[in-house]
Amino acid sequence: MTAILVHDDAPATGGHDAVLTLNAVTKHYPTTPPVRALQGVTFDVQRGELVAVVGPSGSGKSTLLHIMGTLDRPTSGEVTVAGHRVSDLSDRDLSALRSRHIGFVFQQFFLLSGYTALDNVADGLLYTGMTLATRRELAAIELERVGLGHRLGHDAMKLSGGERQRVAIARALVGGPDIVLADEPTGNLDSKTSDAIVALIEDLNDSGSTIVVITHNPEIASHFPRAIGLRDGAVEYDKLNGVH
Amino acid sequence: MATMLTPSRLHSADVARTAGVGLRTRKLRAALSALGIMIGIAAMVGVLGLSESSKSDLLAQLDKLGTNLLTVQAGGGIGLGSGQLPAEAAEMVARIGPVEQTTTVSEVDANVYKNDLVPLGQTGGITVQAVDLNLMDTLAGSLDDGVFLNEASAAYPTTVLGSVAAERLGIAEVTGTQLVWLGDQWFTVVGVLDQFDLNPDLDRAALVGMVAAETYLDHDNVPTSVLVRADPDFVDDVMNVLAATANPENPEEVEVARPTDALEAREAADDAFTALFLGLGGVALLVGGVGIANVMVISVLERRSEIGLRRALGATKRHVAVQFLGEALLLAAIGGVGGVLLGYGVTTGYASLRGWSTLVPPIAIAGGIAAALLIGAIAGLYPAVRAARMSPTEALRSS
Repeated sequence: MTAILVHDDAPATGGHDAVLTLNAVTKHYPTTPPVRALQGVTFDVQRGELVAVVGPSGSGKSTLLHIMGTLDRPTSGEVTVAGHRVSDLSDRDLSALRSRHIGFVFQQFFLLSGYTALDNVADGLLYTGMTLATRRELAAIELERVGLGHRLGHDAMKLSGGERQRVAIARALVGGPDIVLADEPTGNLDSKTSDAIVALIEDLNDSGSTIVVITHNPEIASHFPRAIGLRDGAVEYDKLNGVH
Repeated sequence: MATMLTPSRLHSADVARTAGVGLRTRKLRAALSALGIMIGIAAMVGVLGLSESSKSDLLAQLDKLGTNLLTVQAGGGIGLGSGQLPAEAAEMVARIGPVEQTTTVSEVDANVYKNDLVPLGQTGGITVQAVDLNLMDTLAGSLDDGVFLNEASAAYPTTVLGSVAAERLGIAEVTGTQLVWLGDQWFTVVGVLDQFDLNPDLDRAALVGMVAAETYLDHDNVPTSVLVRADPDFVDDVMNVLAATANPENPEEVEVARPTDALEAREAADDAFTALFLGLGGVALLVGGVGIANVMVISVLERRSEIGLRRALGATKRHVAVQFLGEALLLAAIGGVGGVLLGYGVTTGYASLRGWSTLVPPIAIAGGIAAALLIGAIAGLYPAVRAARMSPTEALRSS
């Protein structure tokens, strides 16, 4: 069933299989004084990679997440997601890009209260034009994948923190997006639950998902095969950790 | 290089689902804001329903009473006080072609008391009227109890009491032996009448026969009024010639009226109230609309993170706008339907209390719901646009 969701319209760029490309990306906010949130950020994320973007608060992580997720446009530089140059796309096109090619996981989960775990996950496909029945079917499979097959009918807001984050992860993954962007996915969780979520992210990566985790925690970043360090809006380091 | 993007899409069924999110998660607030619209619509539907029901009651009443009854009365001539009709007025009126029936009433200069011990002057506002025997036919009146005057009893000291007069004289049912002190004589009460819809004066009268009035009360039987039933198709024509026919010498001393006009005038006065209450309902509706706009603006501010999330999930600005507009419409629709039901209920309750048949015009129901939706659309427009224009990064950052 998921097969129909793995978008074969996501092309490879040249010989590389880059899902995400940032080329000399800058982002300035015209405040007083002006804020240079990102300064010449350049890196690729290849299909199937698990990358941590790590940096202290104020280093430009959130801005970078928004630009990678096409929720914001860079002041200059080029961003390509799943083969689509963001600068070529209208606002509507960006929505279309996000609906099928990008998945988001947020620190605060952002689940709808009063709705079941199943419907929260199914909402990940809300804007794809699939019918509710199909969305629910796929959501059930995804919840099973994150280990919540027994919680489908539970009110999402009544689940534990770890379970809620699993629901949010399932929602991000449900469309089989080309890339999943996770913003401090363990930020609101205790260390034990946090470890379990990190393990889940690794498992999901093992089964093929491309995931970028944004974190202020170097400890978490060290678990992942590749870590990109961010400081003052610029890439400080981009290294392979030799894990996996 | 890159293939075409499949545009974001939201099924219409999902539009309704997303519009319901706010209502589901904030039930009390939704109910309260729908209540404003509900009261407005209920007021309008109720007012229209009641006015329509009472109007249909009036039409039924007019149908029963007939609008072809005319009264000819001695009116106030110039400086003469209450004038008199000529003694032969009724006969002359009866000669008008389209006149089907006439009956005369002559006010007797006498008072009626419960008994001879009641001090003079405590008349209770009851008059004594000498009447023709065909009065009941002409007026389509009916008896509450006893019998009406007939050839025999009209010649003797007998009386039939109007409904109010009977009440004031303490006569609940007719036994045939009850006496009243009328013009210094005992008169036997033979009947009590039902209320007259068109001639309330007769409700406050003790009716005696012409012969008895002449014999026992020394009355000249000059008519004070002639009641006329005319051919329904020529009522206006008859009205035009009545004054001159009844009193050819002084037609200006004659007052001609159609009693049903009074009922219609009363209805017209009710219409004025209907307009007033409709206006008040409109104000309530407007206030309800402002309430919805207020709730929606707050909702948009509170649900920034949801808006950010939806944009991240692929919603376009339009999808967000449609969601919030849909929510306002849904609130208004709930209020509108609730209001129509409430208004209908109030109308049914009041109408059955008054013995009317319930009649809520379909236009009031359709118009009520349409008005609610219109108000909802207007109230939801600004919050919807505001939600749509919210930048997704701002929306996500604010949480």
